[in-house]
Amino acid sequence: MKKQVSQWQDYKKGIWEINPAFKQILGTCPTLAVTGSVENGIAMALATTFVLVFSSFLISLVRRLIPNQVRIASYIVIIATFVTIVDLVMKAKFPEMSKSLGPFIPLIVVNCIILGRAEAFASKNNPWRSILDALGNGTGFLLALVLLSSIREFLGARSILGIQILPDSFEPMVVMILPAGAFITYGLLMGFSNTYAERKKRLKLEELLKIHRSNQAKISTEIAGQEV
Amino acid sequence: MELFVIFISAAVVNNFVLAYFLGICPFIGVSNKTSSAISMGMATTFVMVLTAIVSYFLYNFILVPYKVEFLQIPSFILVIASLVQFVEMVIKKVSQPLYRALGIFLPLITTNCAILGLALFISMREYNFIESVVFGLGAGVGFTLALVIMSGIREELELADVPKGFQGAPITLIVAGILALAFMGFAGMI
Repeated sequence: MKKQVSQWQDYKKGIWEINPAFKQILGTCPTLAVTGSVENGIAMALATTFVLVFSSFLISLVRRLIPNQVRIASYIVIIATFVTIVDLVMKAKFPEMSKSLGPFIPLIVVNCIILGRAEAFASKNNPWRSILDALGNGTGFLLALVLLSSIREFLGARSILGIQILPDSFEPMVVMILPAGAFITYGLLMGFSNTYAERKKRLKLEELLKIHRSNQAKISTEIAGQEV
Repeated sequence: MELFVIFISAAVVNNFVLAYFLGICPFIGVSNKTSSAISMGMATTFVMVLTAIVSYFLYNFILVPYKVEFLQIPSFILVIASLVQFVEMVIKKVSQPLYRALGIFLPLITTNCAILGLALFISMREYNFIESVVFGLGAGVGFTLALVIMSGIREELELADVPKGFQGAPITLIVAGILALAFMGFAGMI
């Protein structure tokens, strides 16, 4: 039972605790670049997750065979292989999507999330846990991209997933789908998530302090009672 | 004239950082101080020009003749990584002061997506040799420009009273957004 809890934890932590986009601040380039529309955001996140899961699995399998000095280069070759697969499949099956994502599919190679997870997790843990970790981080990345792109598409083009939501009388805020909107939305979201985490931490601290104080008060009354 | 347009386009109009979102990591990471921003910008420009030259030859004289264009991602990244390593060794031997100024930034550049992005743009847009070099130089200058402006603003920002949750990366991103807005003013130039 305990083992299952820890496996769930391997998956879950990527979603919020170490969310790649908001907490680790990794993979910022694609996060900003492809979130002009929800469709692109989802496609990018799925492509990244695919590469992340397979490269984490493979790296974890061969982790004892790779000498320490050349590990980064080996990881990059493994990652590049899977990125090439994704790139070619996208070009063949979804040519329009591939065109609108431009160079950002090939650029998954240098996405720090993948190398970061390879170095921090897959190189130290067994393949099964590495897959869970990769899936968790992929999910976290997907959620972050969906959130960011929904806000941008909603305000910038009045729609989500291409379906118009706001009426025509609403003047679209074009700046939101331009680069400037990406930076500002991402910055604000990251700031809010930090403030929230900060507040949670403070509340927890106050709670602990309260328990501590009440314990102390109890002890001191006990002592006083004994003295009387 | 054509070359000038490529240069201006890469440097300001389609600035790598503020319009294409390439190289955001160093842009956020190394923009606290102007002095280190200048060093990082110089190192990146240097590597960009070299990458432009090398990837041009690699793509047009090895990958295309042997019909293995699908290997461009792994081959570019390996060439860039070894190039950076090589440059680091040469600089260390030739000029100690330059090594001290650029040294620590060079390894970081390997995983800078702006470099790989540059190589991919060159093969995608089918630039000739001179155009590739000018494009690399323009992209480097644009990157340096954005980085130096950002570091100047961030030095002032140290004195500002930023809410706690927004300190560090979030406020930097918001400032970058305003900067991107300013750079949009160049859009009508070409």
